[in-house]
Amino acid sequence: MNYFPDEVIEHVFDFVTSQRDRNAISLVCKSWYKIERYSRQRVFIGNCYAINPERLLGRFPCLRSLTLKGKPHFADFNLVPHEWGGFVQPWIEALARSRLGLEELRLKRMVVTDVSLELLSRSFPNFKSLVLVSCEGFTTDGLASIAANCRHLRDLDLQENEIDDHRGQWLSCFPDTCTTLVTLNFACLEGETNLVALERLVARSPNLKSLKLNRAVPLDALARLMVCAPQIVDLGVGSYENDPDSESYLKLQAAIKKCTSLKRLSGFLEASPHCLSAFHPICHNLTSLNLSYAAEIHGSHLIKLIQHCKKLQRLWILDSIGDKGLAVVASTCKELQELRVFPTDLLGGGNTAVTEDGLVAISAGCPKLHSILYFCQQMTNAALITVAKNCPNFIRFRLCILEPNKPDHVTSQPLDEGFGAIVQACKNLRRLSLSGLLTDQVFQYIGMYATQLEMLSIAFAGDTDKGMLYVLNGCKKMRKLEIRDSPFGDTALLADVNKYQTMRSLWMSSCEVTLGGCKRLAQKAPWLNVEIINENDNNRMEENGHEGRQKVDKLYLYRTVVGTRTDAPPFVWIL
Amino acid sequence: MCPEEELQSNVSVASSSPTSNCISRNTAGGGLKEHNYLGLSDCSSVGSSTLSGLAEDDKATISLKATELTLGLPGPQSPARDTDLNLLSPAKLDEKTFFPLLPSKDEICSSSQKNIALGNKRGFSDAMDQFSEAKSSVYTEKNWMFPEVAATQSVTKKEVPQNIPKGQSITTNNSSSPPAAKAQIVGWPPVRSYRKNTLATTCKNSDEVDGKPGSGALFVKVSMDGAPYLRKVDLRSYTNYGELSSALEKMFTTFTLGQCGTNGATGKDMLSETKLKDLLNGKDYVLTYEDKDGDWMLVGDVPWEMFIDVCKKLKIMKGCDAIGLAAAPRAMEKSKMRA
Repeated sequence: MNYFPDEVIEHVFDFVTSQRDRNAISLVCKSWYKIERYSRQRVFIGNCYAINPERLLGRFPCLRSLTLKGKPHFADFNLVPHEWGGFVQPWIEALARSRLGLEELRLKRMVVTDVSLELLSRSFPNFKSLVLVSCEGFTTDGLASIAANCRHLRDLDLQENEIDDHRGQWLSCFPDTCTTLVTLNFACLEGETNLVALERLVARSPNLKSLKLNRAVPLDALARLMVCAPQIVDLGVGSYENDPDSESYLKLQAAIKKCTSLKRLSGFLEASPHCLSAFHPICHNLTSLNLSYAAEIHGSHLIKLIQHCKKLQRLWILDSIGDKGLAVVASTCKELQELRVFPTDLLGGGNTAVTEDGLVAISAGCPKLHSILYFCQQMTNAALITVAKNCPNFIRFRLCILEPNKPDHVTSQPLDEGFGAIVQACKNLRRLSLSGLLTDQVFQYIGMYATQLEMLSIAFAGDTDKGMLYVLNGCKKMRKLEIRDSPFGDTALLADVNKYQTMRSLWMSSCEVTLGGCKRLAQKAPWLNVEIINENDNNRMEENGHEGRQKVDKLYLYRTVVGTRTDAPPFVWIL
Repeated sequence: MCPEEELQSNVSVASSSPTSNCISRNTAGGGLKEHNYLGLSDCSSVGSSTLSGLAEDDKATISLKATELTLGLPGPQSPARDTDLNLLSPAKLDEKTFFPLLPSKDEICSSSQKNIALGNKRGFSDAMDQFSEAKSSVYTEKNWMFPEVAATQSVTKKEVPQNIPKGQSITTNNSSSPPAAKAQIVGWPPVRSYRKNTLATTCKNSDEVDGKPGSGALFVKVSMDGAPYLRKVDLRSYTNYGELSSALEKMFTTFTLGQCGTNGATGKDMLSETKLKDLLNGKDYVLTYEDKDGDWMLVGDVPWEMFIDVCKKLKIMKGCDAIGLAAAPRAMEKSKMRA
């Protein structure tokens, strides 16, 4: 390779797209490092505090696409206070100053403000794609600036964000000259939508492939939209309430039949289930179906719909589908790769939820299944062992038994053996979430068998520090470890400090780690940010003379090359 | 009031006054009943003879009464504070009999000190140590509530990990502990608040009355003038303005006391009750909310049910800033328009 001019090597590198691969080739030699960094266009940063924008730009001056993640995963469940951090503003400011030709920005769990969005929209003339997932802090005014200023906007994809809807006219801020939209997803907006502006926008966007509407878009508008966009591939239905005999419903039926490219269907935030049959004609093309917000679609209507979906690869559903419904899925959807079953009844009151039988049925019927998220009332070791035998190809296995510490409901044993079977059989397992009654034994299994495991979520599990030690010692590829309400303490935390250099982050809340332990860790590892989040006791941590033994409620530590962050709120104490 | 006291002793830990108040206000003539917000009759039978679940009708009646009674912010009484007394008396803590849902961890059920692997936390034993307000770091699904109330809840729900209660109007976190009561653990089950809120809105909007209300949480942000950070509360976890008001008072106590520190109250004194009451309920601060139309209104002018339907955000404003806000007549007008 040394005899090739740089341009040729660069051309070869163009075919290497995965970030991990590119990181690898940059380590080969200085020359390759240099070529790689100038040709790198996409960068993924899993923790926005691991590095800062200046260093990022220093290494990759030709960046086009940036992905940033902010808050730790448990922030999704209200375990991280809102003001913890994850602000995108400094990033956008730095990128704007550098006159980078940024085209794509993808953010997850970050705080985004209208100011940031405005700055973004004005600083990058070639900006094409904005994807915000689980972000917060902005309003529709920010969206208006994106719409108005980004001349070549291709994607505006808002997934599950908390957006203050000012009921303004952000949709009408798209200039008439904007015809480049490919993705428009505003399903998470709660307010009214300017339907006229929306229809005109869709009508002038011939490349529109993905359209996800919010609750305020009624069925008759949906009909008109689908007439304008028969090329649609990915549709999120907003409101779906109507009389099956009405004219708009008939229009909708006709329009749907023309959408022969439709592959992904979601939404139905408000739905009259008996109108679902309008979608039957295209169901055989569907590869992805997300009805996890369609609380009003269940029972026979749901089953009938699914029975038409023989090519389904991804299904997100509520547990109202029941074990029987899952059996139908198992017999119909032979191409199924990913299944998520969400709880409707968060109390676990025992209504039509799913049990271990549904999971076993799916594992038996869907040979291609590799990712599962399953909320259920009860589980048995026998069922998990069967699932492991049926599906040794799991990459992601997340089981959430709604009641913490619940044992095998038949034998009253811990679920160690069941999860043990999963990790032993699934040699490619990368992500695992545990629940139910679990002792240190399950962690011994995980340490022994889960060699590829990268992310592990633990809640209410284990007996002693040994549990955590098994994991830290055994799982060489661990990147993200998150633990709550488990009896792991300083011994486990401090056993192998260098381990954290190989991981992105560790979260421990309501465990047994003490302030003294955290301080010792911070001392031993200056390349770690050790954050203690302590909201109600702002000052107590410092005053109490027994701080060495004082338990820390929330610990979040992560490796970083840029030291302590400067934007931490007062209740976050960085050691 | 004999029946209430009896109720309290039976209910033990969870008999914080809000509940009693609710009960005393809402039971019309009939015997006192537990606020069994789960309404499940098939839960553990232990103690169920004294703690009967509410029939659906009663719930409806009570919810109606709840909306009728609380117009305008309640008076200075903050009943939740009385729970300190409950906290510190160990005799109340025999929840073992009420929470037999963890068969394999019996020793934990009986021990009130062990917190391992259960929904609730050190905060409980801290409460027992009489350092509740200082040490407790218990959080509940309501988020960031101050130790007294938090510890109350930990006491209530200590043993059995809870899931988020359904969004019934009479649900209260401080409710009694019938056998089926599950403790509320923050962040469990691990479902995103976005998902919870979205499903809750769907269920609220749907016309079906199948006896199964929405999936519970309705989080709104609460900010306060001068406070360094905002909080979130789950509106569905209160049943009336009084509870909301108490919860908010507790939540923002440190801020107001910080500001009135110069008045002689020590910074560490977190229970400067009269000052707080004055601050929040009469003199210096008013509670306002932003409704669906984006207007800022005074809290307390419309029936509670309607309020949680329209409230998007809460803000504790200084009294002087809130002068121009919608007063009762306009608020009622708006609510009539909506009806």
